[in-house]
Amino acid sequence: MDERRELRVQKIKDGTVIDHITAGYALDVLRILGLTGKEGLTISVVMNVPSHKLGLKDIVKIEGKELVESEVHKIALIAPNATINIIRDYEVLSKMKVKIPDILVGLVKCGNPSCISNSHEPIKPVFHVISKDPLLIQCHYCRRIMDRNDALLNLI
Amino acid sequence: MVSPKDFVGRDVLSILDFNREELDYIMDVADEVERNMDAYRGLLSGKTMAILFFEPSTRTRLSFEAAMKKLGGLTLDMGEPTRASIEKGETLTDTIRVVQNYADLIVLRHPKEGAAKLAAEVADIPVINGGSGAEEHPTQAMLDLYTIRRCKKRIDGLRIGILGDLKYGRTTHSLAYALSNYDVKLYLVSPELLRMRREVLRHISGRIEVQELESIDQVLPELDVLYVTRIQKERFVDESEYLKVKGSYRVTIDTLSKMKKDAIIMHPLPRVDEIAIEVDSTPNAVYFKQVYYGLLTRMSIISLVLGALSGK
Repeated sequence: MDERRELRVQKIKDGTVIDHITAGYALDVLRILGLTGKEGLTISVVMNVPSHKLGLKDIVKIEGKELVESEVHKIALIAPNATINIIRDYEVLSKMKVKIPDILVGLVKCGNPSCISNSHEPIKPVFHVISKDPLLIQCHYCRRIMDRNDALLNLI
Repeated sequence: MVSPKDFVGRDVLSILDFNREELDYIMDVADEVERNMDAYRGLLSGKTMAILFFEPSTRTRLSFEAAMKKLGGLTLDMGEPTRASIEKGETLTDTIRVVQNYADLIVLRHPKEGAAKLAAEVADIPVINGGSGAEEHPTQAMLDLYTIRRCKKRIDGLRIGILGDLKYGRTTHSLAYALSNYDVKLYLVSPELLRMRREVLRHISGRIEVQELESIDQVLPELDVLYVTRIQKERFVDESEYLKVKGSYRVTIDTLSKMKKDAIIMHPLPRVDEIAIEVDSTPNAVYFKQVYYGLLTRMSIISLVLGALSGK
């Protein structure tokens, strides 16, 4: 492993390490996970560090919180190569690669301003993932198709 | 084999919800309605259809109402959307929850895309999409198919041009989807600004031969059907964009002279100036026949959805 990188932020005792985040997207990952910093958790964010696989990457370490699989996969939209490590007592308890879910609920709003999901109806936006690579998602209501860029512009 | 039971209680949200066999069946029933009109009178006695139109409409509203009444059913119309009803700010979700207590079927027209999908998820009774924003108008596509079948005696093998506003014109989206079930060649002709939507193209181009063009002239001699649409000023967010494309095409007697003798000219109506008045009296103009075929088609679909034919 890259010793110099490990030195930037120390190992955590318990919690979650999200590694191999697309460089520059660590803050978006935190936003998708709903972490604002006001929860009182210790969070380390490392951005634009060298990576063998990706050239550059971001890393997020969240202490004292094990992320649930379903919330973790949401970040696949912006960081398709990310890996999630659950840490207990300094050891990696489990390691998984993110997977784009088949359905996205309440994560991305429809880019079509005329879509019913953008009005004041009591519904969450829902998208069906019709292709994972390249990413193409389709609005459950108006059937508008959006690509990764559209999805990023419309993150909730 | 498709049977009437396949339609009972079904929503009609998108033309994509229907396969070729089902579309053919709906048209067969429309033929049957015409042949046996007397047998269909009173078929839906005791049934009520709610007409919820959140956008102004004359033609579609009258067509649905006439279809239901000719079948002996009742209609319950909330009337034109008024400023008062909009200002009250009730959600569509709540309106549907209320209205479904009064009716067996809802026909919804709404300015928002996906509104019919939402209504169908809320309602326990079937919902027919009578036009959702610039998105879709499935019963119009059914009647357009039926008009082609009646006038040309077939749909397979035809060369069909759709001319006009392919971006905002919901009838063109639904018709393109519908035609992709058949063996046709489709020419999509529009100003650059009003090209066919990406999701429609993506769906149809794997299924039929499609060519996008900016001018109709070069393909006129090939066409069996020319479907003309109005550029809908009300759908443009930016008026300067509307002014750029306004009046950019017009079908005249001169256009007809370049076409096959038996080609047909269709239009979902209302027409403004895309088709010159003198075309109306030619045998090629079938847009007023479309209205009659629309009545038969809607009688067919309403009867099927309400299960009135499933005993047959």
